[in-house]
Amino acid sequence: MAEDKINAKCKLVIIGGSAGSLNALMQILPELSVLNSFALVIVLHRRGTDDMTLEELIKIKTEVPVKIIEDKEPLLPGFLYVAPSNYHLLFEKNETISLDTSEKVNYSRPSIDVSFESAAEIYGDSLVGILLSGSNSDGTEGLKMIQKAGGIIIVQDPESADMPFMPNNAIVHTTPDYILNTDEILKFIISINS
Amino acid sequence: MIEDIELETLINDIYEYYGFDFGSYSRASLKRRVNRIYQLDGFKNFYEFLSKVRYDPEYYKNMIDEITVNVTEMFRDPAFYKVVRNEILPQLAPKPFIRLWHAGCSTGEEVYSMAIMLREAGLLHKSIIYATDINSKVLETAKKGIFPLRMMKEYSENYRDSGGQEDFSSYYIANYGIAKFNEELAEKMVFSQHNLVSDNSFNEFDFILCRNVLIYFDNNLQKRVINLFDESLSILGFLALGTKETIKYSISTTKYKQLEKEKVWRKIK
Repeated sequence: MAEDKINAKCKLVIIGGSAGSLNALMQILPELSVLNSFALVIVLHRRGTDDMTLEELIKIKTEVPVKIIEDKEPLLPGFLYVAPSNYHLLFEKNETISLDTSEKVNYSRPSIDVSFESAAEIYGDSLVGILLSGSNSDGTEGLKMIQKAGGIIIVQDPESADMPFMPNNAIVHTTPDYILNTDEILKFIISINS
Repeated sequence: MIEDIELETLINDIYEYYGFDFGSYSRASLKRRVNRIYQLDGFKNFYEFLSKVRYDPEYYKNMIDEITVNVTEMFRDPAFYKVVRNEILPQLAPKPFIRLWHAGCSTGEEVYSMAIMLREAGLLHKSIIYATDINSKVLETAKKGIFPLRMMKEYSENYRDSGGQEDFSSYYIANYGIAKFNEELAEKMVFSQHNLVSDNSFNEFDFILCRNVLIYFDNNLQKRVINLFDESLSILGFLALGTKETIKYSISTTKYKQLEKEKVWRKIK
């Protein structure tokens, strides 16, 4: 694998998921404790209300410190960020986070494509994009942009996904660097965290 | 997709030709919005787009409407409106006269929500709500108080979640797919164009609302606007922002006391 190539420069790992992705995350996040050189951003399709259930759940399940996102929050290595419900999450050149309430994309706000595309623009080849389970086509266009900008793209093995449609769609329309089950995704993240 | 340098050229041209300054807008969302219209309108290249913007004022106006975000709803974030109802309005109630400013009011859904709240608290008769936006088109909609009927189910749920106990449908008349809100609600509203980028304070207020507007601005412009609000807010007045917005990068927070979990700050000195 190409971890050696990326571990030195990876600044951001961004994970997108929809239906069934929480299961996958719950297998990955409890095994992570310290992120050395990169930030971890999670963009999940979630209910439209302003509740913090997902943030609270993730906080309980991992030792990685979770930052509750506010607009123009600096994106710092070592922290985990969760895209808030009802906002698109975007990245600025000065490595802060911007939020946006414009129209839903792929019936979703936050949309995975929107965050992936924005991250690709700012982080280029220092970016790893991971797409998990889901039953919607969100994420595929964003993965393309990440790859085009020089980043690494990983798709959850549809066999291991509760909802294989989203990873399958990505596999059909892009050429992922890796297709991995949850255990292998975890190992990948650990390997670039050395 | 347009390039960063092209976006900067567009920003400069808009300023030069029309005097409107997007220079301090958040680049991430502005670029998305410009890309969206650039693609929707099917331009062959960036320079074709640029000259259309330069020489066709009608197109320019439409473009501004399209790139400024006007997504809003009535009783948006019901938990916030519950705090308005139960904590803020009772504090303002003893005042002989209550002045509110809704900055960036878009099509006015939240302004009508506030009028309903004030009316139910028995305060509307002694209140005045200034509602401003940069976009004159949305203000025209807001003045009419006409919203799509299909939204009323969701709004009525929001209203109830915010603690409303009246029959929500008594506030409007339904007709051919539209809901026209009672004119009595609009009697205390004053709509006018105001640009947070360049205009100054125009009054002193007891309650300023500016929800999900600052997210489209960069840090510097956020600072300017928060300071503009600070100048415009009376002592013990309230400032309410969107659920993910904060004043902490913009102003000394010792001047303000935050209402527990909500994005509401009270000016204490």
